[in-house]
Amino acid sequence: MPDASFDAAADAPSPAAKGAARRAPALRLRWSSVFNHGVLIFGVFLMMGPVVIAFTSSTFDPIAIHRDGLKLGWGGEFLSTYDTVLFEKSGFTKEVNGLLMLFNSMVMGLGFAIGKVVVSILAAYAIVYFRFRGATVCFWVIFSTLLLPLEVRILPSYEVVQSLGLLNTYTGLIVPLIASATGTFFFRQFFKSVPEELLEAARIDGANWWRFLVDILVPLSRTMIAAIFIIMFVVGWNQYLWPTLMTTEEGYFTIVRGIKQIMQVWIGANIPAYNEALALAVLAMLPPVLIVVIFQRMFIKGLVETEK
Amino acid sequence: MTPADGSRGGVPTLEITGAVKRYANGHLAVKGVDLHADEGEFVVFVGPSGCGKSTLLRMIAGLESVTEGEVRLKGRVVNDVEPADRDIAMVFQNYALYPHMSVYDNLAYGLRNRKIPKPEIDRRVREAAEMLQIGEYLARKPGALSGGQRQRVAMGRCIVRDPAIFLFDEPLSNLDAKLRTQMRLEIRRLQRRLGVAAVYVTHDQVEAMTLADRIVVLNGGRVEQIGAPVEVYNAPASTFVASFIGAPAMNLFPAEAEGGAIRVDGGSAPAPARARGAVTAGLRPEKARLVPAGGGLPFTVETVEELGATRLVHGHVGAASFVVSLEAGVSPPGETCAVTADPADVHLFDRGSGARL
Ligand SMILES: Nc1ncnc2c1ncn2[C@@H]1O[C@H](COP(=O)(O)OP(=O)(O)O)[C@@H](O)[C@H]1O
Ligand SMILES: [Mg+2]
Repeated sequence: MPDASFDAAADAPSPAAKGAARRAPALRLRWSSVFNHGVLIFGVFLMMGPVVIAFTSSTFDPIAIHRDGLKLGWGGEFLSTYDTVLFEKSGFTKEVNGLLMLFNSMVMGLGFAIGKVVVSILAAYAIVYFRFRGATVCFWVIFSTLLLPLEVRILPSYEVVQSLGLLNTYTGLIVPLIASATGTFFFRQFFKSVPEELLEAARIDGANWWRFLVDILVPLSRTMIAAIFIIMFVVGWNQYLWPTLMTTEEGYFTIVRGIKQIMQVWIGANIPAYNEALALAVLAMLPPVLIVVIFQRMFIKGLVETEK
Repeated sequence: MTPADGSRGGVPTLEITGAVKRYANGHLAVKGVDLHADEGEFVVFVGPSGCGKSTLLRMIAGLESVTEGEVRLKGRVVNDVEPADRDIAMVFQNYALYPHMSVYDNLAYGLRNRKIPKPEIDRRVREAAEMLQIGEYLARKPGALSGGQRQRVAMGRCIVRDPAIFLFDEPLSNLDAKLRTQMRLEIRRLQRRLGVAAVYVTHDQVEAMTLADRIVVLNGGRVEQIGAPVEVYNAPASTFVASFIGAPAMNLFPAEAEGGAIRVDGGSAPAPARARGAVTAGLRPEKARLVPAGGGLPFTVETVEELGATRLVHGHVGAASFVVSLEAGVSPPGETCAVTADPADVHLFDRGSGARL
């Protein structure tokens, strides 16, 4: 994700910078900017190249790919490939198609992002505004869970979810992941920077703790919420390990997990359906990219600006 | 104006008895304060930074707990009452407007929380907006307003609540000097018009003098003096009040009082006959007169500051620095001359405690 934000920052200059560029003498070639653009173009090439090749290759039939390797150009199989991938039931059980996997991923991404935002806001709110004994300790305990990523605690997590009978459910897929030290930390820092007088004014205005949160703190944090939501959506969408463990029924497969599964199914005596796997990969990439592109302005704003 | 002794009768709007504030870290910020504000009265807390003015105000608002003593609003003890239920309204130093809400919503927010019917809210908001001349900004966010306009919005938020008392915590300190003077007058005018009692915190003695019906001078968490501005100016209760109220500050210097005169360095000037012995004498720059040497307390001119309307002559009386304010165009009678004054203008304070004699 740092790359995406970097790109977005590059094409959203401040109005002042735009104005200055317009007034600068146009003809003088500045080698430093040629160099800068060279670096940027090279970066774009590195990042976009594989995606473009994956896309173009997915429009060829699998035999051509098997024979010639990945291909640039237009293979003419675009419609049929994507139609198959999206709508044809496949897998062992013939229960799942691309559309269902996209839906599952969407549930996963949204649930993950919304859950994380809500839980982080509530945790940060408690830590910053309710001066209960041990608030600081609580915060550092939460913070230290950064040292315990999912991969480290995956067995106990699995054990808990399994014993609750939540395997192959959306709940089991999402809930164990939504506690977020990162989100809590960001919201804590933000809440700490909100002037104390705002809380006092709201108290005098008769706002209870819930109204203060909903009417004042959440609206003030909305760029922050947007930024964290976007990051978390992409992270949630791209989850691989956890869904792989949690879901054995194909009806709950997410798309990232499905790519691999479908490749495995189709590897047999036949030539693997490279085109379909690639098409699935392209489809898997699309929603996070769209989200980032659509919300990039808010995203940048959330990271660099505070409105108080 | 309500007389300072509260002779209008009935319960005072605000009454504080034996108020003590000890912060969680053990710091004693308010050390036993008694005062009251009558209906419609404008009370100003004035004192240097850190003397506990804000703490006392916040105790009235309910934003700080009261460690000891009682705070009563309209006769009701409110020590344990939530700020929202105290019938108060407060203007903060940085205004504390809700940045994401329009001016209209900023004014309406408190009323909505109080479940006041919509048409009534609308009526009150528009009335207050008109009174403050912010009607055309109702749809704007605070970020799009100037400092003076924000100040008005903050006051509007108080007015719509129609409280028993307004609380102001240095509301003008973020404005430039010119706007400050203008808003000062406006606050006074509004408060008079609405007839609502007000407590106003400032460290600026000019604001205190111009706004107050009654001044409360605070020092180190204690009340030094309570009185009408003229009283405090004419009869400061201590050397602290004497040096704090009035600009340029009152000259304070050690002197020997001998019943009807004070003596410094062999010179003498007439003074009240109240005291004898070593005292601290006080004389305001504008009440001091310069006369030829021998006619009073010996004084050597060091510098003269030209202020246009007046001139400030700086020098020393004894070891203490001393300022005399002269009318424009008047010059000191010589490099070495003497200071004298009407006996009524000379203040005498206890040398040790600083209390007025
Ligand atoms: N929350 C607090 N905890 C501890 N001490 C405080 C707190 N708030 C203020 N103080 C101290 O109490 C004293 C009075 O503060 P304050 O009422 O804000 O003064 P003023 O408004 O007159 O400048 C100061 O010495 C200040 O440092
Ligand atoms: Mg203060």
